[in-house]
Amino acid sequence: MPPSSSPRTLFDKVWDAHMVVPETADAPGVLYVDLHLVHEVTSPQAFSEIESRGLKVRRPDRTFATLDHSTPTDSARSYVTAEAKAQVATLERNCARHGITLAGWDSGDRGVVHVMAPELGLTQPGTVVVCGDSHTATHGAFGALAFGIGTSEVGHVLATQCLLQRKPKRMRVTVDGRLQRGVSAKDLTLAAIAAIGFGGGSGYVIEYAGEAIRALDMEGRMTLCNMSIEAGARAGMIAPDQKTVAYLRGRRHAPHGQAFERAAERWLSFVTDEDATFDKELRLDASTITPMATFGTTPDAAIAIGANTPAPRSDSERKALAYMHFAANEPTTHEPVHVVFVGSCTNGRLSDLRAAADILRGRKVAESVRMLVVPGSEAVKRDAEAEGLHRVFEAAGAEWRQPGCSMCIAMNGDVVPPGKLAVSTSNRNFEGRQGKGARTILASPATAAASAIAGVLTDPRVFTQELEDA
Amino acid sequence: MPERFTQLTSRTFVLPQESIDTDQIIPARFLTTTTRAGLGARAFYDWRYDASGAPIADQPLNTLDTAEHRILVAGDNFACGSSREHAPWALTDYGFRAVISTSIADIFSSNALKNGLLPITVDPETHARLLADPGGRVGIDLERQELTIGNAPPISFAVEPFARRCLIEGVDPLGWLTDRMPQIEAFERGHAL
Repeated sequence: MPPSSSPRTLFDKVWDAHMVVPETADAPGVLYVDLHLVHEVTSPQAFSEIESRGLKVRRPDRTFATLDHSTPTDSARSYVTAEAKAQVATLERNCARHGITLAGWDSGDRGVVHVMAPELGLTQPGTVVVCGDSHTATHGAFGALAFGIGTSEVGHVLATQCLLQRKPKRMRVTVDGRLQRGVSAKDLTLAAIAAIGFGGGSGYVIEYAGEAIRALDMEGRMTLCNMSIEAGARAGMIAPDQKTVAYLRGRRHAPHGQAFERAAERWLSFVTDEDATFDKELRLDASTITPMATFGTTPDAAIAIGANTPAPRSDSERKALAYMHFAANEPTTHEPVHVVFVGSCTNGRLSDLRAAADILRGRKVAESVRMLVVPGSEAVKRDAEAEGLHRVFEAAGAEWRQPGCSMCIAMNGDVVPPGKLAVSTSNRNFEGRQGKGARTILASPATAAASAIAGVLTDPRVFTQELEDA
Repeated sequence: MPERFTQLTSRTFVLPQESIDTDQIIPARFLTTTTRAGLGARAFYDWRYDASGAPIADQPLNTLDTAEHRILVAGDNFACGSSREHAPWALTDYGFRAVISTSIADIFSSNALKNGLLPITVDPETHARLLADPGGRVGIDLERQELTIGNAPPISFAVEPFARRCLIEGVDPLGWLTDRMPQIEAFERGHAL
């Protein structure tokens, strides 16, 4: 039976539309890539590899680069090491040599790769998007198949615009109902990862569906898809709808005029057929979710803020609790917080900064807390400053910094000191992720802001009176 | 070009923790390198060195005879986290040629296979035997897809057939892709973006 006549999922449709050579028992399929995003950390060895073979970048017009991971976020641009500076210079040189557009230091487009590409209209429904970065799943919010690849594969895509891939399995996570007021996409994301489990998505592409997903705006959808890898999944996807189309209208790299209308019609065909089946299904109820925070050192170790930590089930879980200085069967809301980070490809967009600013307006960050607000891109920074959000942050005592990955991956010098506790809007709470010995609680921008004020992990609804209203 | 791999007999080194993530294998601050070389010195860095950068004396990774112990046995969900190929670069440069666990992260496995590091997933019972015998002798035969623990009968393991061919025959994945350029060009002509 030809694939087009049997019911297919959104993922099947995008996959089928990009199969150059179908997979066989002996060999993976050849999958075509529409958009290849490149940054300084995972690309230098790939450029060296193709150059050593005398190969060129085949489609520089489908390749876009930015500087984000190793870049300093202070206004003096002080690199953490000479090696970090040299790495940035290497990407500048590679892009110039191969004719690749680079959103470099003085470009108004520069940003964290997964914040920048959607803003520019590069990310489009029904496409295949890859990047040497595991949070590439972010772009699945548009109904694109987007996943992270290793540096060898970055070389494959540079040289051929294709990848050797076996088709992953299909999982659907359906979220019924509506999120309560004061509960964000990040809270839904942490609840979903806790439900799927840390490795529960391994080998799957997840489609997020249901009323609560449709109700999310595009930035909330990006937050959710972004963290699919934290459940072990290669990618997360959401079917395009009118919100997707409205987001893309007028963006620089999206089609314009009549071509946009034709593209929009095609984009909206990338939906799961009614009778299509999944290899695994999971259902969640959005209305029961309250603000969430992690308590361990894996992103699935998340509970409602104020709830007791569960009793550890293994030595690894016991070790994680001890690392975090939390006790079993107790809430995590008493431990002093030292650092608060708002930013990253998970939560560094305008709506995230607004959510944090709404809590901070007219209030002060606790004296014992250092708070950094790092916009996800130059565009986010401009928009936030046009609304005066930077003044809200600065008046509260937070640092307003230059765009970049910053304290999410902590390789540019923005680190949490050893032993200190951070509430972070980023995506990983691994041991030492934010600096050697750093302890990380993952939470939403509103929770991060509320915790900065209180100096302990805090449900943001105490500042918005929504607890009393509820 | 990937390292070839056919057979390996070696002692194991056991890290029983679950979910050893890529930030443990190679901390992000060492990712500013522009080459593949030399990352073995940074493998598990924060486990091996104290805050002043001095080696931690009772950390076995600091004294391991890496010529003798080339098989890493790790807890469930090994190498979860990032797509950094620096993780298999660090492990191979350190001296490992195979990793055995009950589950191994997708992107890491794909990266490992491209660098001559063989990821093997086993059932919980086999895993428990390996965890219980650190330093035990294990034989890996990729052609037969068999794992032999001590003198016990061999256990078969799965490996993606193309990756297996690349490791045994030295087939180069990028060369294989560039050989398909006519199909890629034909596809592109009919592909609407």
